[in-house]
Amino acid sequence: MNDFINDFWPILINVISLGGILGCALLLWRTSKTKVTKSKDGTSGHVWDEDLKEMNNPLPLWWVRLFAITIVFGLVYLSLYPGLGRYDGQLGWTKNKQYDKEIAEANKALEPIYAKYAAMSIEDLSKNEDAKGIGQRLFLNNCAQCHGSDARGTRGFPNLTDQDWLYGGSPEKIKETINNGRMGVMPPMAAAVGNEEEIKNVANYVLSLSNSQHDAKRAELGKTKFTTICAACHGADGKGNQLVGAPNLTDNIWLHGAGEANIIKRIHEGKTNQMPSWQAKFTPEQIHVLTSYVWGMSNH
Amino acid sequence: MNAKANLSTIYDDGVIRQFSIMAVVWGVVGMLVGVVIAAQLVWPELNLGLPWTSFGRLRPLHTNAVIFAFGGSALFASSYYVVQRTCQTRLFAGKLASFTFWGWQAVILAAAISLPLGFTQAKEYAELEWPIDILIAIVWVSYAIVFFGTIAQRKIKHIYVANWFYGAFIITVALLHIVNSAAIPAGFMKSYSAYAGVQDAMVQWWYGHNAVGFFLTAGFLGMMYYFVPKQAERPVYSYSLSIVHFWALIFTYMWAGPHHLHYTALPDWVSSLGMVFSLILFAPSWGGMINGIMTLSGAWHKLRTDPILRFLIVSLSFYGMSTFEGPMMSIKTVNALSHYTDWTVGHVHSGALGWVGLVSMGTLYFLVPRLFGQKQMYSMKAIELHFWMATVGIVLYITALWISGVMEGLMWRAINPDGTLAYTFIESVKAKHPYYIIRLLGGLLYLSGMLVMLWNVIKTARNGKAVNILVPAVKAH
Repeated sequence: MNDFINDFWPILINVISLGGILGCALLLWRTSKTKVTKSKDGTSGHVWDEDLKEMNNPLPLWWVRLFAITIVFGLVYLSLYPGLGRYDGQLGWTKNKQYDKEIAEANKALEPIYAKYAAMSIEDLSKNEDAKGIGQRLFLNNCAQCHGSDARGTRGFPNLTDQDWLYGGSPEKIKETINNGRMGVMPPMAAAVGNEEEIKNVANYVLSLSNSQHDAKRAELGKTKFTTICAACHGADGKGNQLVGAPNLTDNIWLHGAGEANIIKRIHEGKTNQMPSWQAKFTPEQIHVLTSYVWGMSNH
Repeated sequence: MNAKANLSTIYDDGVIRQFSIMAVVWGVVGMLVGVVIAAQLVWPELNLGLPWTSFGRLRPLHTNAVIFAFGGSALFASSYYVVQRTCQTRLFAGKLASFTFWGWQAVILAAAISLPLGFTQAKEYAELEWPIDILIAIVWVSYAIVFFGTIAQRKIKHIYVANWFYGAFIITVALLHIVNSAAIPAGFMKSYSAYAGVQDAMVQWWYGHNAVGFFLTAGFLGMMYYFVPKQAERPVYSYSLSIVHFWALIFTYMWAGPHHLHYTALPDWVSSLGMVFSLILFAPSWGGMINGIMTLSGAWHKLRTDPILRFLIVSLSFYGMSTFEGPMMSIKTVNALSHYTDWTVGHVHSGALGWVGLVSMGTLYFLVPRLFGQKQMYSMKAIELHFWMATVGIVLYITALWISGVMEGLMWRAINPDGTLAYTFIESVKAKHPYYIIRLLGGLLYLSGMLVMLWNVIKTARNGKAVNILVPAVKAH
């Protein structure tokens, strides 16, 4: 218990809180013992607003008992569980211990199930129906929020069912991506490319790489800028570079939007896109199964 | 006789008329926004794709409107009425009382504008930005001066039990509001909380749960202690019980807040303390219910013929039900299932619609004819209709959310033998869809009942006129 910086606070809180409970108990005891004085009509004799009166019936016994039971329960609970400042309680319970215990038990129960999958290759595992079921459930609860329940992604979140991989689609690469996450960064490039005309020209050259609708004259003019600037990451042929996560610009797949305007926007603003790391959440065996599920979606 | 002497012999009811009418108007508005956001949960298209009409901005508008505009106005009206009648004296500082009306309406208007525009401190039930918070504090301190000033000049020696509850409500809400709203302004409508991290969360839920305990419970218990015996024409059941449950509520509510933060970054000991005090709260809460319901002993037959009394007594049953459910939900293991689900929303509404709503409606049905010189409301049949619409609405609402909440909690924790979750989150959302439709129906019924009330109140006020009621001479007894 390190919630307090000195001894004053726990003592103050214990005195007030226990005092409150004991105060309630005392009041209850006193009142239930006190014999009530009544006037002739059974009321206290006080009258308000012409006809408002109070009787003084004794406290209902069942209610007094109910009150007493909750007080006793409360005091017993406070002796067993942490509740009084630095006193940890007889049972030594904490929510963190409870969590760790439950997780450890669950993981132990799961060990035999995952052990046989861990020994299989990603390729074989992706054909195993049971493993596919587990992989799908892991995917739907953890990956579908961004990549969609059909894994086809959406703007900014890659489609996992095609052959277009930013960081590589081999089992090893997919596992690496899930384990460590990815941080894709394209810096704003407008200053390097030049004025608005030149940026528009480069954008048209990029469009020409995938045979998308473009202005051929502008594309021709933009080619030099592309090969001297953009090619550093996207490659001279525009096919991208999986080592740095630079997208292939020739396959007509546009993660952040198709068309001239979107490309110009990316050149101006750049883009930072992140996938979080999952290795803290799952066991290595679970990630093995999940990898096989993701790999299987584009390979079967 | 000069005008001044004349004035001092009549009750100060103008401000009560104003607050009573506005309570009904804000009730309609707040419940309408509630129905709109319930419909948005069924058909998300109703967010209209606009920031001002999105669920996230309308939801705090709904909660603020029903709690502070509807509930608040009903509390102001009834407390000003009760404190004058039971002290047999006019309000202390009548002009200040009038200021509390206009000030409170200004707060409501500022909330209705600033919340849809997206200004928020992001604290539940304390969303309003710092300039509005300052106005709230000024109005509230004025309220305290009027209320306690009136108590101080009372002509009756003993302070009636309803006034203890109203008094506790006024003092505590001032304390809660000022502490939780402490913030560093960073511009006209922007500020940062004075607290950080889990301490901020703890202060927020210390405020949040005590807002339930003192605004939505103690204040309305004050209402109950006057209007139930008045309407039933029976004495309050037990003075001893009122003493014990009053002090026990005060002592224990203050500590119950941490049950909103079980299994979070909140230290275990705070969490446990919150749970223990929430459980101990059970009996004191039921003390109020027993005292109200048992006041009817010997007059049970009145329930058959008097729809106003039925509003008051059924409200107490819902109070009893939600104050049983609350302590259960504060138990850590139960909370692990109920937290973050619709169960919580259902629980809150069984208290809000069932207890706070019905007791306020019963009280207003008592007050409005008397404030406008009428013997009773324009239509007693309409009160009867309102009662059934409200009750059926509540039952639909809370049963739908119990089922959907427990179902959702069970779906979230269901695990396959391979250690994966049995359901994705979106599956739990889809499963709730039919219950959201039932909830919407329940809310719609409740709102329709409120519209019937609005019509009835307008008719009653139009048929009558503001009357001056003489302060009776103090009898020796």
